[in-house]
Amino acid sequence: MTPAMSTVSLATLALADSRFPGGGHAHSGGLEEAVHRGTVSGSEQLAEFLHGRLHGAGAQAAVFAAAAAHAAARGVPPDHWSLLDAELDARTPAPAQRAASRAQGRGTLRAGRSALPSRALDELHATTGSPHHPVVVGVLLGAGADRSPADTAAAMAYLSISGPASAAVRLLGLDPFEANAAVTALRAETERIAAEAARTAGHRPGSLPATSSPALDLLAEQHQRHHREEGRLFAS
Amino acid sequence: MQAEHQHQGHGQHVHGQYGHRHPVDFDPTSAGPDPFAPAASGSRPVRIGIGGPVGSGKTALTAALCRTLGAELELAVVTNDIYTTEDADFLRQAGVLDPGRVEAVQTGACPHTAIRDDITANLDAVERLQQRYASLDLVLVESGGDNLTAVFSRGLADVQVFVVDVAGGDKVPRKGGPGVTTADLLVVNKVDLAERVGADMAVMLADAHRMRGELAVLAQSLTDDPAASAAADWVRRQVAEHRAAVGPSAE
Repeated sequence: MTPAMSTVSLATLALADSRFPGGGHAHSGGLEEAVHRGTVSGSEQLAEFLHGRLHGAGAQAAVFAAAAAHAAARGVPPDHWSLLDAELDARTPAPAQRAASRAQGRGTLRAGRSALPSRALDELHATTGSPHHPVVVGVLLGAGADRSPADTAAAMAYLSISGPASAAVRLLGLDPFEANAAVTALRAETERIAAEAARTAGHRPGSLPATSSPALDLLAEQHQRHHREEGRLFAS
Repeated sequence: MQAEHQHQGHGQHVHGQYGHRHPVDFDPTSAGPDPFAPAASGSRPVRIGIGGPVGSGKTALTAALCRTLGAELELAVVTNDIYTTEDADFLRQAGVLDPGRVEAVQTGACPHTAIRDDITANLDAVERLQQRYASLDLVLVESGGDNLTAVFSRGLADVQVFVVDVAGGDKVPRKGGPGVTTADLLVVNKVDLAERVGADMAVMLADAHRMRGELAVLAQSLTDDPAASAAADWVRRQVAEHRAAVGPSAE
């Protein structure tokens, strides 16, 4: 969907890199709980899990990352950030999912203030120290020179599956080539989701699309419960 | 988000140890940004990392330091277990520290990543402790048991201790690695076991000094000295130097 001449900014690549020090390495996106239930035990089930995660949590995150990038690029008034924040809260029914999103948002904000400072980022920080992850990613990339809501959405959608894939390697000792191939097999769908998210990026926050993924919501809640009872390696 | 929250019935949870309560958001319509203000910059407690291989005695040293220094310093601890909150539970149950002064971090199966490459979760834990106790002098950050290449990022720990033990083999200091060669203090632990395991203390300490140049090396046995007196003295000096450099901890 991307024009042939376009290039991806280094900022986008840096944010999508698993080496970005924003705390993402400790989140499995429900994968750890799925492993404990026996739902995911090999590469084939991982591919199915990632497909569901991309179309559920990934698509929702992409929509808000694109909207935040669009908003940062056009220089919205500071109160816009609390609107976006509240609307994403409203689309994230599971408290554990909200907490995971805000924890990664907080870490990404901290790392981003060093790496990609901007006035929009300061305004977001003044609104809340723990914003939602997609909103931070959108502001970080939208406030820069190489702004592109579609690339921002693609980075966000990619993050929604790259973390769980890495967690699967660590938890199951999966063949890393197979796990990585399960991610790249979703490239066409990721681009399509990013392009759709870019199309709605200019909508008012209240009119942004809402995606539901009840299975991921339940996994997230069970993960938190089981962490209290027996301990979990990942924060989500 | 935090394992130590005790849930009582529906609709609310209690931080019993720090005497406040707020509603838990099981209600999907209860939403809103994080209520905490960003942590103040400027003066802050000195952060000392305690790292080393599995079983070398990091938690025992941390507990001893809490016991020895708890009355004279405002201190708190962050633990990084690979699984559960075992070290944190140990410290709480040992009664050496008010339970609210211990925070446990989940490391996503990568304890070295959490203290070195991506220190986010640890910084979050330190900030939670600073919000809870405004006048902290010292935060001990204990890593999960890891290998000889694990070191603390300077963005997380101002100074760091690497703990090895004689039962792990007297060749460990010779093997080097960033922990042994660059930590501000190397603790050779469990020296009371040297004879039992056939470890040559003279060789071990000579190797340690050879690998580390001017950096401090300390041999200890918590069986013989449960107060970890020498390590505690070293920690006192770090706190004093930090105070002299940045001024006392303040709100």
